[in-house]
Amino acid sequence: MAGGIKKFVVGSFDDEKVLFPAVKNVRKAGYKIHDVYTPFPVHGLDHAMGIRETSLHTAGFIYAITGTTTALTFMSWVFTKDWPLNIGGKPNFALPAWIPITFELTVLFSAVGMVLTFCYLCNLAPFVKKHHFHPRATDDLFVMAIECTDKTNDAEVQAFLQSAGAQEINVQVAETGWWIGRYHKEQKLYKEEKGY
Amino acid sequence: MDHQFQLPGSYKKWTYGLIAVGLVALLYGVFKFQPWIHSHHGSHVESTRFWAVLLQNSTFFLLVVNAAMFFICVTTMAMAGWVVAFRRVSEAISSVVPILGILTFVILMAIVFGSRTDIYHWLDKEAVANDPILKGKSGFLSVPFFTIWSFCTIFLWWFLGKKMRSMSLESDKQGHMDYETGKKWVWKNTVWASLYSVVFTLTVASTIPWLWIMSIDAHWYSTMFSWYTFASTFVSGMSLIALFVIYLKNRGQLEYVTDEHLHDLGKFMFAFSVFWTYLWFSQYMLIWYSNQPEETKYFIERIGTHEKAGPYKGIFFFNLIINFLCPLLILMKKGAKRNWTLVTVMAVLIIFGHWIDFFQMVMPGTLHEHFELMPFEFGVACLFVGLIMWGTGRYLSKNPMLPKNHPFLKESMIHHT
Repeated sequence: MAGGIKKFVVGSFDDEKVLFPAVKNVRKAGYKIHDVYTPFPVHGLDHAMGIRETSLHTAGFIYAITGTTTALTFMSWVFTKDWPLNIGGKPNFALPAWIPITFELTVLFSAVGMVLTFCYLCNLAPFVKKHHFHPRATDDLFVMAIECTDKTNDAEVQAFLQSAGAQEINVQVAETGWWIGRYHKEQKLYKEEKGY
Repeated sequence: MDHQFQLPGSYKKWTYGLIAVGLVALLYGVFKFQPWIHSHHGSHVESTRFWAVLLQNSTFFLLVVNAAMFFICVTTMAMAGWVVAFRRVSEAISSVVPILGILTFVILMAIVFGSRTDIYHWLDKEAVANDPILKGKSGFLSVPFFTIWSFCTIFLWWFLGKKMRSMSLESDKQGHMDYETGKKWVWKNTVWASLYSVVFTLTVASTIPWLWIMSIDAHWYSTMFSWYTFASTFVSGMSLIALFVIYLKNRGQLEYVTDEHLHDLGKFMFAFSVFWTYLWFSQYMLIWYSNQPEETKYFIERIGTHEKAGPYKGIFFFNLIINFLCPLLILMKKGAKRNWTLVTVMAVLIIFGHWIDFFQMVMPGTLHEHFELMPFEFGVACLFVGLIMWGTGRYLSKNPMLPKNHPFLKESMIHHT
């Protein structure tokens, strides 16, 4: 449950064309964008937000070579040391016959490893909850959350978002990390939420 | 946009230089190796060397330039827009098909009508009559079928490729296409591209490698062979396109080609290197596993056996290192595929690697342990590289570099991977 409770100024946009210059201007003005939530993957938004390239593929490569070594060491141990068998007069160290399995294990390790790493990086797991800044971020709105520090004047940020073309603007105090459990004990309408 | 590309002096110098080097090598071969002398069981291997080297180079480079047209046709059928920014480059490379096609046909006819049994064992009438395996294949491996099918193949590659190129060039004169005209034009292109692809399947992806290369080892066969040859020439073809694109970009041409296009070309080079390995390995592993003497013969001639290493062992594994391990490990990273210098180096390496691959397809069945990798072999390769540069340069300096009215041009300009 990393993160802690922080204050955010949240603005929602209904058009990509407005969102991109807004992201650029917000960054230029020196505000810190916590994240932008979009209903679908938006091409080039990661570059606009200045997020560094993911290292997921490097992790994938490491899982892959782990799979390759696991397959080759295990098979060579089984067929040369542990239980040598004469199969069709082939040598015990039958490398060509192992290549397909080595390939499969390489793919399996990298695929499973990358899925788990991805879930870890995105805090995705059963029963894990995270704060939603706006319910329509999964429907038709692009939602930008700007993180406030002690010195940030949130009225100023709200005015800035207004001028950048945001439609709904509000201030939310929310947990940034994840927690296990339910969102709320009682079902509440989002309208009744604090800071809506 | 109406600016016409002029070939720089250095390009012409290199083109004519390479052709001159190639002609010198060829003349040296004619006088030194006396290619008109028939070779029998180890005598006059030099005349065999002359024809084997010509066969290797002509078939390899012809299939490589032909791959450029195949690339245009598959991307046309897939409605791919990103290629439009450098489509003329692939067109230019494919315009070399008739030149190398005629040359290859002449070489093949000289081999077949010159009864070069040292190259194609199935030309030996006496041997075929006493050999049930060759007798069974004699419908396919016969002089009339070989001649007619080779002729039809090269003619169809030229004719259908010419049609694709002329439709592209005509669109320059038509002016901007509205939605309906554009749709019709794309449909017409798709139909011709499909025809080309069907011919391509019946030739490059099946019969032509069987006839031209696999029939050297007349008793042996592999159902993977044509796909393996296709993969070899297609990945070299993509590398050749990448090389020309990079060269022209460095010369300030191809204004709409960006890192994104290079990245996708790099992906093709990477993916088809892996595809080549997949087929290479499938062919090897199945033969190794089933262990039939008539099949393993092919690999015993190359790598040898446990007791005695074959003469091609080094080349055989070198082939696997530069065509599989190098592209796999070097081109894997995104940054590598967007690095213009690195892609240039890899493209040269891949083309060289597959030239070596063809070398080890042709030489073991013809020259056995007498093969050589000397200035003559490289000189003949220079001739073909020079001819490719000459034909490609001619097309590029005669026609506009950009198909400005292509309906997908905008898509190519804003291409983003």
